[in-house]
Amino acid sequence: MATRKTAAKAKPNVSKEDLLQYYRDMLLIRRFEEKAGQLYGMGLIGGFCHLYIGQEAVVVGLEAAAKDGDKRITSYRDHGHMLACGMDPKGVMAELTGREGGYSKGKGGSMHMFSKEKDFYGGHGIVAAQVPLGAGLAFADKYKGNDNVTFTYFGDGAANQGQVYETYNMAELWNLPVVFVIENNQYAMGTSTQRSTHSPSYWERGAAYGIKGEEVDGMDVLAVKAAGEKAVAQCRAGKGPYILEVKTYRYRGHSMSDPAKYRTRDEVQKMREERDAIEHVRQMLLTGKHASEDDLKAIDKDIKNIVNESAEFAKESPEPALEELWTDIYADEIPQEAV
Amino acid sequence: MATEILMPALSPTMEEGTLAKWLVKEGDTVSSGDILAEIETDKATMEFEAVDEGTIGKIMVAEGTEGVKVNSPIAVLLEDGESADDVASAAPAQAQEAAPAEAPAAAAPAQVADDTPAPQSNASPDWPEGTEMVQTTVREALRDAMAEEMRRDETVFLMGEEVAEYQGAYKISQGLLDEFGAKRVIDTPITEHGFTGIGVGAAFGGLKPIVEFMTFNFAMQAIDQIINSAAKTLYMSGGQMGAPMVFRGPNGAAARVGAQHSQDYAAWYASIPGLKVVMPYSASDAKGLMKTAIRDPNPVIFLENEILYGKSFDVPKLDDFTVPFGKARIWREGGDVTLVSWGIGMTYAMEAAEKLAEEGIDAEIIDLRTLRPVDYDTVLASVMKTNRCVIVEEGFPVASFSDHMASTIMQRAFDYLDAPVVTCTGKDVPMPYAANLEKLALTSTAEVIEAVKSVTYR
Ligand SMILES: Cc1ncc(C[n+]2csc(CCOP(=O)(O)OP(=O)(O)O)c2C)c(N)n1
Ligand SMILES: [Mg+2]
Repeated sequence: MATRKTAAKAKPNVSKEDLLQYYRDMLLIRRFEEKAGQLYGMGLIGGFCHLYIGQEAVVVGLEAAAKDGDKRITSYRDHGHMLACGMDPKGVMAELTGREGGYSKGKGGSMHMFSKEKDFYGGHGIVAAQVPLGAGLAFADKYKGNDNVTFTYFGDGAANQGQVYETYNMAELWNLPVVFVIENNQYAMGTSTQRSTHSPSYWERGAAYGIKGEEVDGMDVLAVKAAGEKAVAQCRAGKGPYILEVKTYRYRGHSMSDPAKYRTRDEVQKMREERDAIEHVRQMLLTGKHASEDDLKAIDKDIKNIVNESAEFAKESPEPALEELWTDIYADEIPQEAV
Repeated sequence: MATEILMPALSPTMEEGTLAKWLVKEGDTVSSGDILAEIETDKATMEFEAVDEGTIGKIMVAEGTEGVKVNSPIAVLLEDGESADDVASAAPAQAQEAAPAEAPAAAAPAQVADDTPAPQSNASPDWPEGTEMVQTTVREALRDAMAEEMRRDETVFLMGEEVAEYQGAYKISQGLLDEFGAKRVIDTPITEHGFTGIGVGAAFGGLKPIVEFMTFNFAMQAIDQIINSAAKTLYMSGGQMGAPMVFRGPNGAAARVGAQHSQDYAAWYASIPGLKVVMPYSASDAKGLMKTAIRDPNPVIFLENEILYGKSFDVPKLDDFTVPFGKARIWREGGDVTLVSWGIGMTYAMEAAEKLAEEGIDAEIIDLRTLRPVDYDTVLASVMKTNRCVIVEEGFPVASFSDHMASTIMQRAFDYLDAPVVTCTGKDVPMPYAANLEKLALTSTAEVIEAVKSVTYR
């Protein structure tokens, strides 16, 4: 792989262990997504499949700012978010292949996956529907009187939906502990931000509702983490919502069947070569003498194994039993939770 | 070890494609992300990227080849140190096995009349005999139900436009703010899509919201959250999480408010698996069903009616009175014809039955009370007895709930019918404003009487 033009300097306030962890977490997402792309090509994954390659630093940085009890919710481009919050790659991959061992028993698919255990609330296929839902999760935490925060992720395309602004209005009015994370990867399918809005500085739109925010370099995991910590601190202190507009880039097409004719190959190549978030951390590890090439190779190998195992599991797990067609339509027990 | 590169599926429907162009040649080294070839799918020309690094050992399908099947080998990739000679021993590419062939669809629950037990109506009373009754309006009954459930369960809260300080646009939440405070009785801005989504999210998060729509006409702005988020999440999450909550408010025509404020949505919501749909007529049902709705762990659509709000009915004086879902109520027994209705439609059915009795026609009246789940058996048992059926609703005629019920009767009780099932519905027009036209657009007692006469051949 090409090297960065400028070797990044290790920033203060990050331990070697943390840096290695971010490297691992981002690499896991990238390798997992590459494998998913491969399985799609083999016909093992069907329908729509939206890869997160290029955007890894966003969720890894924000997860580094989260604590137990915090919640997260996002769109259909959700594999990275699930891996970053600790969901099992096997269960995620098996959901992609529509198998019994998937997180939703094969009934949700790539775009609709959940984990109550990891406080991952989906996985939503309707652009921007997750935004009020995320505010609602934050509403529930505030109602219960705890200090949890909900990370509500959405895209630059979703940022033009009316329900986002309905939500901003209520989130600030009711002081909800929600971090709105706009993953600005510069495209909504084939429409660039320049072609969809006159005001592409999305975070500034919060000002109309009194919500503070900032723009963040989404190719720098440490910058994302730092911004996330600031946002979370504001929420936990009961000061209401915060907006992070994270500038990022997806290397692959919108979904697997996107020929990506709306941007040049050079544009993509330039981002990959000059701004890649994983390469950035890699260089930090090497120049900071936190790890040797061999150490990193060992991590690569380890990740490859995890991903291969997940793919094997996803192929071997059986399709759901036919009776599953008729289950989970109605709940018959009220999930009781203490307030 | 050398691996085969396979023809990829590059769209949800692609089975084969054209290998339009190779962008690498034998001997080239590639790394992950490099474009190997251009492939024409059924939809577009796509670039095909390398996933692994290595050297192109052999190209097996020449460029320009059409009809290359998905998953067939198109090239061989060599790892460090391997030579083209190793090609022969190329691993037969990972996982040739395509997804298991489509399984035959699971059998739908059989609806064959023969081997299903004869439908039985459940006529058990909703309250013990001798219970003291109190005259109560539907409005008060709904408020009492919400208040009782809010006292019982701290996770229950009410949100909507004008529900708190204004005491409810139709005064259904009168007094609730005083008793429960602003934390649990929440005025929202006029922003249906947004506050419905927040309500659904709060339900995902463990609360039991009651979302009031000032009227259900405005819920169309929020219907995506109701259906795609609330109704489907339990299924899509494999049972992990759902939305235990109530969406409620007046539904259907009020009076003289024109087309945009006068629609009955019962059939819309009743067609959605994952929702429960309640449409009470009487005050006792409004109360008992509302309490059941709030306790139900699923999203419940609770369709009220403005015209019924002020009507008084006997409501049993009981500490904890609930009415189960899926149990119809027989308001009047009779042997000549079955009248099926629910909600405001019941007013026409009741009036018609009284007038018909004067002419010697004895109608049995069934109030469905809930449309999902719906009590087919009570209807079928009655039709098997009377052999005739008229269904009354205020909604539009096309794809109405009446049609669904008529079709069920036809499939399960065809041999018992002495006449076609007739439906009395709203007319197939937007609601007009003019008083005379509005009256025409709704169904009426006269229409019900006429329909009954046609099926009894009088
Ligand atoms: C309400 C709605 N409209 C349209 C679509 C189809 N669609 C799916 S993704 C997408 C683009 C969204 O782009 P963005 O929000 O920037 O997210 P990204 O895909 O870049 O992560 C569109 C138009 C949809 N799923 N939902
Ligand atoms: Mg985008």
